[in-house]
Amino acid sequence: MAIFEGLSAKLQNTIGRFRGKGRVTEKDVKEMMREIKLALLEADVNYKVVKTFITNVSGRAAGQEVLESLTPGQQVIKIVHEELIDLLGKVPSKPTFSSRPPTIYMMVGLQGSGKTTTSGKLANLLRKQGKNPLLVACDVYRPAAVKQLQVVGNQLGVPVFSLEGSKDPVDIAKKSVEHAVSMMYDLVIIDTAGRLHIDEELMDELENIKNAIHPHEILLVVDSMTGQDAVNVAESFNEKLGIDGIILTKLDGDTRGGAALSVRAVTGKPVKFAAIGEKLNDIEPFYPDRMASRILGMGDVLTLIEKAQEAFDEKKALEMEKKLRTQQFTLEDFLDQMQQLKQMGPLSQVLGMLPGMNSKILSNVEVDEKKLVHLEAIIKSMTPQERRDPSIINGSRRKRIAAGSGTTVQEVNALLKQFEEMKKMMKMMSGIGKKGARGFGKFRLPFQI
Amino acid sequence: MGFFSRLKEGLSKTRKSITERIDQVLVSFGKVDEELFEELEEVLVTADLGVETVMKIMDDTRKKVRERKITDPPEIKELIKETLVGILGEETQKLDIDPSPAVIMVIGVNGVGKTTSIGKIAHALKNQGKKVMLAAADTFRAAAIDQIEVWASRVGVDIISHQEGSDPAAVVYDAIQAARARKADVLICDTAGRLHTKKNLMEELRKVSRIIDREMPGARRENLLVLDATTGQNAVSQAKTFSEVTDITGIVLTKLDGTAKGGIVIAIKSELGLPVKLIGVGEQMDDLQPFNAKEFVEALFS
Repeated sequence: MAIFEGLSAKLQNTIGRFRGKGRVTEKDVKEMMREIKLALLEADVNYKVVKTFITNVSGRAAGQEVLESLTPGQQVIKIVHEELIDLLGKVPSKPTFSSRPPTIYMMVGLQGSGKTTTSGKLANLLRKQGKNPLLVACDVYRPAAVKQLQVVGNQLGVPVFSLEGSKDPVDIAKKSVEHAVSMMYDLVIIDTAGRLHIDEELMDELENIKNAIHPHEILLVVDSMTGQDAVNVAESFNEKLGIDGIILTKLDGDTRGGAALSVRAVTGKPVKFAAIGEKLNDIEPFYPDRMASRILGMGDVLTLIEKAQEAFDEKKALEMEKKLRTQQFTLEDFLDQMQQLKQMGPLSQVLGMLPGMNSKILSNVEVDEKKLVHLEAIIKSMTPQERRDPSIINGSRRKRIAAGSGTTVQEVNALLKQFEEMKKMMKMMSGIGKKGARGFGKFRLPFQI
Repeated sequence: MGFFSRLKEGLSKTRKSITERIDQVLVSFGKVDEELFEELEEVLVTADLGVETVMKIMDDTRKKVRERKITDPPEIKELIKETLVGILGEETQKLDIDPSPAVIMVIGVNGVGKTTSIGKIAHALKNQGKKVMLAAADTFRAAAIDQIEVWASRVGVDIISHQEGSDPAAVVYDAIQAARARKADVLICDTAGRLHTKKNLMEELRKVSRIIDREMPGARRENLLVLDATTGQNAVSQAKTFSEVTDITGIVLTKLDGTAKGGIVIAIKSELGLPVKLIGVGEQMDDLQPFNAKEFVEALFS
């Protein structure tokens, strides 16, 4: 179970100290719970939420399944992981729509949480699902906020409703809904100004908007990097407005995202979407299981596998498998593999999803995307014959290839050497390969990064 | 309104939550024992100081309690205060912008308040009689240029901007030439918010920084990292990664007027040694203040 590296190692260590006694005691479990507590706190889960959570999990963790297990550390993580998923909401929560259109979504949150960008992303996503959205610019305070939404709307080709010169968000919201009804928009997304949850005047304003247009869903936009304060924010917004769901933003960073657990725990409302990038289609449903792994620092294996599946052509993979078995793997196939790898996205991003690969490790490993480009150029500068049989590549051919690819003979040599080593490795593995590690298992990086 | 009272007002939320709770803890415990330490630990953790830093502070406090044979719980508050000031350093960190010319590059992740902080800094420097210019080098986010242009006219300073989507390094280059020609004292460069995990965007920042170095070799440099006080442990990671592309000279801690406690400042100073220079405590143009560790901690605990 390589998935559980980081925390698992720590837990196993904890137990290691008590080994020799023959079995795990309840005291050991308590020690492990302390490690879990620290891990959750490091992930920014709120202190109180952690405390309650640990109390709940302790019972199960002290049970027979752990005490009698050979790998109690992993058992405990499995339990904690399951309980986290449970708490985060088991299955992805879907957006709901009003039976009487238009469906109105109202976006609320602190300054800088990402409401405007997310409004655009949401409109884009739901339009793909057949909705006809209207964006509404109700942020009359921040300089150029209305313009920002207009630009976003423009990029997407989604109309934006705004009232030039109006400083009254309630009025803008009301008129936008009237406009939507008359123009047959079936989805209205209202972007409100960012505000502090303790700013009574502005919180009252949100309540007034709510009472004026009765939104179908009020969505709280929360920055996934938020710390302990996330509970105060979520609680205040929920008390004042009664939110219906949460959208987590900036999840493409390296935050563990414990805020997700905090806001979920204090509001009881589901996290509906996760925003994961700068582009306007970088939004996806929220997956509780992946978030649980991330909070525990276990890496986002599922997303990685999914990306791999998306990028890899099943038929090509089968062909490759056959070639590997029959030792007919050539530089052409190598090139092919590399191109498939590139389709999975930036290498750093892909590596970041591997368990145990946190930012600390990644900053030490220089992920050089350019190296891939160089390798590609070198192979492309070879003749088909050379690609199929690298043994014919002599000194003058090497010089030609280096000149053609804009690299050096040394680089060409290094590539050929790596390729030979890889073939050797594959020869050794081909026996194992037949047993058929299906799908992702057979994919290996054919070079050093 | 003096600095102290303004800071106190801005921090009232912070102060209330942290000190009321510490007092509460201290009153409810008659003598110094482990349970008391655990409760204090909770208070500090919920202020976002980070587990590691809290452990350090608690160890330090425990040691002092033993050494000085303290048996009176309220004295512990003084001890923690002492430790916090010790970590933050007592010296007030000023912006290093004299003599002219100086370039201030403002960086940070998305949504922390870079542009707003720039507006406030420009306002403050202009009031000090400096000729300030802005460079609208956030060419990425929709309407970011419009946003900073509004601030420029609000404060009454010149601004150099290009089209949305243009090369930020080119904007900065042009701004430097303009600043030189118009004999500006301080040029403040806005940059697009970027997550520190995006390698290409960080490289872009490195390039902007290099251009400033190249075009203004003798100039004073400030590279201010803007951090949102509501941010949790990730702020440390942000500070670390941004330090790798440019020498951060100081931190601007924003949104301290909410309920967020800003404890991450202590974690960052403790782990990376980066000083906080300015804090944002409100939405008004003059709601930006120099950071003074002693007053900051005093205001937290008074």
